[in-house]
Amino acid sequence: MHKNIKMGILASIAVILIIIFLFTDMGNYWEYVVPNRAIKILAIILTGTAIAFSTVVFQTITNNRILTPSIIGLDSLYMLIQTFLIFAFGSSSLTVMNKSLNFMISVGLMVLFAGLLYRFLFKREGQNIYFLLLVGLVMGTLFQSFSSFMQVIIDPNEFQVVQDRMFASFNNINTDLLLVSFVLILLVSLYFARFIKYLNVLSLGREQAINLGVDYNYVVKRLLIVVAILISISTALVGPITFLGLLVVNVAYQFFKTYQHTHLIFGSILISIIALIGGLLIVERVFTFSTTLSVIINFIGGVYFIYLLLKENNSW
Amino acid sequence: MVEVKNVSKQYGNKNVVDNVSLQIAKGKITSFIGPNGAGKSTLLSMISRLISKDSGEIFIDGEEVSKCNSNELAKKISILKQSNHINIRLTIRELVSFGRFPYSQGRLTKEDWRYVDEAIHYMELEDIEDKFLDQLSGGQQQRAYIAMVIAQNTDYILLDEPLNNLDMKHSVQIMKVLRRLTDELGKTVIIVIHDINFASCYSDYIVALKDGKVVQEGPTEEIIDSSVLKGIYEMDINIEHINENRIAVYYA
Amino acid sequence: MKKRYLFIAFLILSITSLFVGVKDITPLDLFHLSEDQLQIMMISRLPRLVSLIIAGASMSICGLIMQQLSRNKFVSPTTAGTMDAARLGILVSLILFSSATMMEQMIIASLFALAGTFLFMKLLDRIKFKDAIFIPLVGLMFGNIINSITTFFAFKHDLIQSISSWLHGDFSMVMTGRYEMIYISIPLVIISYLFAQKFTVAGMGEELSTSLGLNYRFVVNIGLVIVALSTTVVLLTVGTIPFLGLIVPNIVSIYHGDNLKKNLSHTALLGAVFLLLCDILGRILIYPYEIPIGLTVGVIGSVIFLYLLMRRKAYA
Repeated sequence: MHKNIKMGILASIAVILIIIFLFTDMGNYWEYVVPNRAIKILAIILTGTAIAFSTVVFQTITNNRILTPSIIGLDSLYMLIQTFLIFAFGSSSLTVMNKSLNFMISVGLMVLFAGLLYRFLFKREGQNIYFLLLVGLVMGTLFQSFSSFMQVIIDPNEFQVVQDRMFASFNNINTDLLLVSFVLILLVSLYFARFIKYLNVLSLGREQAINLGVDYNYVVKRLLIVVAILISISTALVGPITFLGLLVVNVAYQFFKTYQHTHLIFGSILISIIALIGGLLIVERVFTFSTTLSVIINFIGGVYFIYLLLKENNSW
Repeated sequence: MVEVKNVSKQYGNKNVVDNVSLQIAKGKITSFIGPNGAGKSTLLSMISRLISKDSGEIFIDGEEVSKCNSNELAKKISILKQSNHINIRLTIRELVSFGRFPYSQGRLTKEDWRYVDEAIHYMELEDIEDKFLDQLSGGQQQRAYIAMVIAQNTDYILLDEPLNNLDMKHSVQIMKVLRRLTDELGKTVIIVIHDINFASCYSDYIVALKDGKVVQEGPTEEIIDSSVLKGIYEMDINIEHINENRIAVYYA
Repeated sequence: MKKRYLFIAFLILSITSLFVGVKDITPLDLFHLSEDQLQIMMISRLPRLVSLIIAGASMSICGLIMQQLSRNKFVSPTTAGTMDAARLGILVSLILFSSATMMEQMIIASLFALAGTFLFMKLLDRIKFKDAIFIPLVGLMFGNIINSITTFFAFKHDLIQSISSWLHGDFSMVMTGRYEMIYISIPLVIISYLFAQKFTVAGMGEELSTSLGLNYRFVVNIGLVIVALSTTVVLLTVGTIPFLGLIVPNIVSIYHGDNLKKNLSHTALLGAVFLLLCDILGRILIYPYEIPIGLTVGVIGSVIFLYLLMRRKAYA
């Protein structure tokens, strides 16, 4: 099958799912339901894009298909920020209620953290990208220790609020934030455009990339920052969905069987939109809210991944 | 010409490359030889900017390597390391086409494809050009990588132990190709090589390193000499002349 | 560090541990303990001390065994999915048998821990690029994947709260009647001693150890069973103690080389000392409240781990 046909199939599935999601099961208040759902769809497209896109880039930089960008501790940092805000100011405080402020603080701190991490590690001679990741991961564990400590101390009712934040949700998305995120992601993508040609070469590994004239440190540093910004935005907007990227990018690799990044990026974006909307349909219309979408996505992502690991395949 | 001036590299407290200076002439095959841990590969990697140097300067055609635009440099010098693990599945032709990246930035023109086809032809890979790399034997893979380097069409070609894990037939085949590249196309080839008899039979110039320093350098006839080699390897090595070649006999 | 000094530190810390707490008991009281004080000693303080020592020693030994078998300094129950698999096992036992006894929980959890560790070891065989730092990264990611499955079922059965109680170790709940299972670790430690030499040989790889006349599979399996059982026992009695199995053996090997037989007693002793120290710190820092051991070990452990990583880099 030609790759463009495959892309067409994915796009059609995505569109069909969007239509089903928007216009079925509307009840009597369609003038209220449809715009509400449209906001959800927009949020899904935005976060799905950000996550798929950044995971493809991240896996190419790390030359590895088992890693996701949140591994550098961004998820844990987000949880720590949320827990701390609730711990320090209480769940009813302005910062939690005022979503814009919370959004700004979260994105700002996450990007700052990633920036410091990169800066610190790229300064060292002979940096190894896995070293960076492991340090990030350990920092993540550290953040987790702090948050779980605070979670134990705070009032059980407040814990409920924290727990809600542990799982991504597409409900109650603030339209202003959606707009802000959209603009931010658009700007980042425009900035990224000039690096896209390097991705195929980067997937040959560091030495080959340098041999072929890529200014490796310069390019990789900037790509990593792009990745951190995208992940921070999507996490602050809806919450952490750790394994979505892992799932969709690997499906894209299996489906397209190519190394061409233009196909991989657009393919994974479409697959993640399909996964999220399909998942939401299942959660809202089949399970009727008994469980959270991100939990299901992480579950499916996890199981699928263990399957990939067990299957005779040595591509990592 | 490649000019290395007072270059050093430290790992921890160990001077892997210690204040090395040398000049490598154009249009010749130069071999780096020496015992394990002499710093040969490190020096090669520094010349090709894969790793940074702690001090000193390296000039390629008069330009300092670390000050060059990386993409421009990639049109002048190419390097092939001994271990190439590539995580993606590529056919030979796809791999070789990557060699044109410095010129095309990924959008290959007709002319670029002509270079690719020529390189594949040069390495006699036409029959298997659509096979995936992981379906090939070690010798075929090595030829595919060299084809990529040829497609890159650089004046300087650096190879780190290109004969590693190859059998005799493939080793000779690779060395003959390198010889042809210098004689027919005027390339400058620099290799790190362990087998001194291959170095003796195919190279024009030999640089011997030991403990991070250049201990001997000179035309092949001068280095492949019993007393000189004894100084490098600390063992008795007889040199026999067989069909105009100098063969080191050190097996017993 | 001589073993003698380590032993003296161990004695001092053990005694200190007995006399730190909300209820004032001084060493002088020992000879005329009131009914009250005697009770506290027997029901809470002594069990706490015993479980601290056993947990510290056995977790460190587990780490040491795993590092020997995988030939990687950064592998441990926390970085190989063992802990996470055990947690999934506990959850499964809770779901399957609503009133599972400790024993049933332990058996099922151990089986899961064993399966998880096996899976990880299998994964290691399959990884071509054996970078020392890459392997723990894969292990931690693997653990996250198992966690996502755990979260899915926990969410469905409303057990998130119980899950988080196993997430951070806490010795304050250790008292008579609830901790005795930890004694199972003692025979396991003895078996590790008996097998120490064989683990060292097995660590040199399957081919080499077979040619040395060792039943490689058998020895590796024994090692993994010890690790799985000890991890589960500690998890069930006190909860997750991050990094312990990782950092203690590394510190010992820095000043003592890599002979397992020689290092076992050092590692066990240092593990106990480290855990006792963290526990006492946790108990006095915000006296009369208590910082759970998960946090103190998490914080101190991450810092030491980062230091070890940096140090390795400097000598690479």
